[in-house]
Amino acid sequence: MKELLKVHNLRKTFKISAKQQKIEKTKERVKVAVDDLSFTAYEGEVFGLLGPNGAGKTTTLRMMSALVKPDKGDVLVDGASVVKEPAKVRGKIGFLTSELKLEEFFTPNYLFSFFSELHGVDKQTAEARKQNLFQKFGITKFAEVKVGDLSTGMKQKVSLVVSIVHDPDIIIFDEPTNGLDVLTAKVVTDFLLELKGQGKTIVVSTHIFSLIEKICDRVGIVIDGKMAVCDTLDNLTADKPLEEKFFDIFAERAGVINEK
Amino acid sequence: MKNSIMTIMKKEFTRFFTDRRMVLTTVVMPGLMIYLLYTFMGSGLASQFETAEDYTANVYAVNLPESMKEARKDRALLEFTEISQEEAEKAQEELKSSDAEFDLLAVFPEDFDSQVAAYDVASGGAAPAVKIYYNSTDSDSQSSYSMMTELLDTYESALANKFDVNPGEEAYDLATEEGVSAQIFSMMVPMLLMVFLFSGCMAVAPESIAGEKERGTIATLLVTPMKRSHLAIGKIISLSVIAILSGLSSFLGMMLSLPKMMGDVDGVNASVYKMTDYLLVLLVVLSTVLVIITIVSIISAFARNVKEATGWVTPVMIISMLLGVTSMVDSLCMTEPVWFLIPLYNSVQSMNGIFSMDASVVNIAVTVAANVCYAGIGVFVLARMFDNEKVMFSK
Repeated sequence: MKELLKVHNLRKTFKISAKQQKIEKTKERVKVAVDDLSFTAYEGEVFGLLGPNGAGKTTTLRMMSALVKPDKGDVLVDGASVVKEPAKVRGKIGFLTSELKLEEFFTPNYLFSFFSELHGVDKQTAEARKQNLFQKFGITKFAEVKVGDLSTGMKQKVSLVVSIVHDPDIIIFDEPTNGLDVLTAKVVTDFLLELKGQGKTIVVSTHIFSLIEKICDRVGIVIDGKMAVCDTLDNLTADKPLEEKFFDIFAERAGVINEK
Repeated sequence: MKNSIMTIMKKEFTRFFTDRRMVLTTVVMPGLMIYLLYTFMGSGLASQFETAEDYTANVYAVNLPESMKEARKDRALLEFTEISQEEAEKAQEELKSSDAEFDLLAVFPEDFDSQVAAYDVASGGAAPAVKIYYNSTDSDSQSSYSMMTELLDTYESALANKFDVNPGEEAYDLATEEGVSAQIFSMMVPMLLMVFLFSGCMAVAPESIAGEKERGTIATLLVTPMKRSHLAIGKIISLSVIAILSGLSSFLGMMLSLPKMMGDVDGVNASVYKMTDYLLVLLVVLSTVLVIITIVSIISAFARNVKEATGWVTPVMIISMLLGVTSMVDSLCMTEPVWFLIPLYNSVQSMNGIFSMDASVVNIAVTVAANVCYAGIGVFVLARMFDNEKVMFSK
């Protein structure tokens, strides 16, 4: 299988402000968010990054999408390096995170066209894709409503649609169902399965075990910025359910769970 | 991806021009408000002077001498009412309130005329004194006081008339109408224009850059393959166009109303300037807006939110206003081209030169070239900032 996304020895540190030092009761001036993390996502598979809050999942995804620069290491996205060719990488991926917001003044229609232009998608292709995606997510009748007037679920759907205007082969989703009601979460999960069926490579970060079990082929468990385990879902869940397995690994790697 | 600059510009224009409230407050209101404000201020001042010129002052006088009755004949606007010394005390009390039926109380010594005739300046003794009571908070009383003192000064001068200054109706002030206009416009307009241009830039840039950071929408742009420099150029050009519209609105309002604010002084109007003057002003304004927008954008990119950006930009605006004042102080108006390399100062002095009809093409060229260079450097800096995660994702 083709290695479409190769994460190699990624490391990222952040300076801790005096205020943050007080909050976290630490004298350390630097926090290691991601520490020598490596994994590979193959063409057509869904790779899940599982870990608790603050484990470094979002930072890893941000580095993979060339939004944040790694201190060390690299990510090769279909052969393009995030360090050397960040613009090229951004053109190859679709990235969705709850931190990325849409301008509330604009309508879904306008935003789809706007991001299509920025991704260099021609008008005809963009229009056909818009019709398809808007219909699939039930956005059509809200196409001319300002984003600010849409419900949270609908906003999330529009964000998702806008993140894949250019029909990327590699899709990176950070907590795709976080904060969504069950109906919208199901729509998003079904869409991820559909994308998987289309042969897209998907990297998804989450702490929802059921989502991982439903869509992922392989899983990486990230604890304290390090890759604790990276294996197929089948291997990981061979002897016990994913949730139990995760807590075993967590207790082994990070100490007593309650302390965390 | 060249057209990503155009895409960003289109988005900024769509955001601005489809928001009626923004268009109204940024483009329509500044010009309209300035026009109305200056016009009302001018009308108010003019009406004050008109009152003084046409008003007939009602003067209560004690011991009114014959000489005054004679002198008054040439001044129909002074009306004397003779009262006694006892009534004068009551009149003084009445004058303290502004609704007195008279405007002024003049108390002459008894036999004023004969005392004046007998007085010898060389003797060093006390001269006959006239006491004039008035109320400076009442404009009619204040005007009447001026008319009365003028009458007395004229009478005093007539008693020992050795020479005259500027006699007759001949025009002694040789200033041309153009010169008067140039003096007024060159003093006022550069400073006001700097304020208006800065206000226009402040109205749009913090919202567009710090606002996008605050709302998290800038990150959505940054995950697209668009070059950071294209984002910076697209933002700066579109914001400059909007700021120029705002500045032009203020400029138009000011040029139309400034003559009215000056009380419609003869000859003071913007028509003394030629089309080339306006084109030169436009050139300077365009380059100035580029510089200001770049400065405000860079500051806004550092800020975490619109409020912080506005707070940080305010000191820069005060500096630009202070630089604007240099057009009013001759000793601060440098003419050597090297001075025109100083951003913002160069714009003020170039506009000062154009409006005083004493513009140096070299200095204007240096100003425009320097400003375009500074804007170019600013775009580079802004692009680097868009690429800096510490700046873009600071919380």
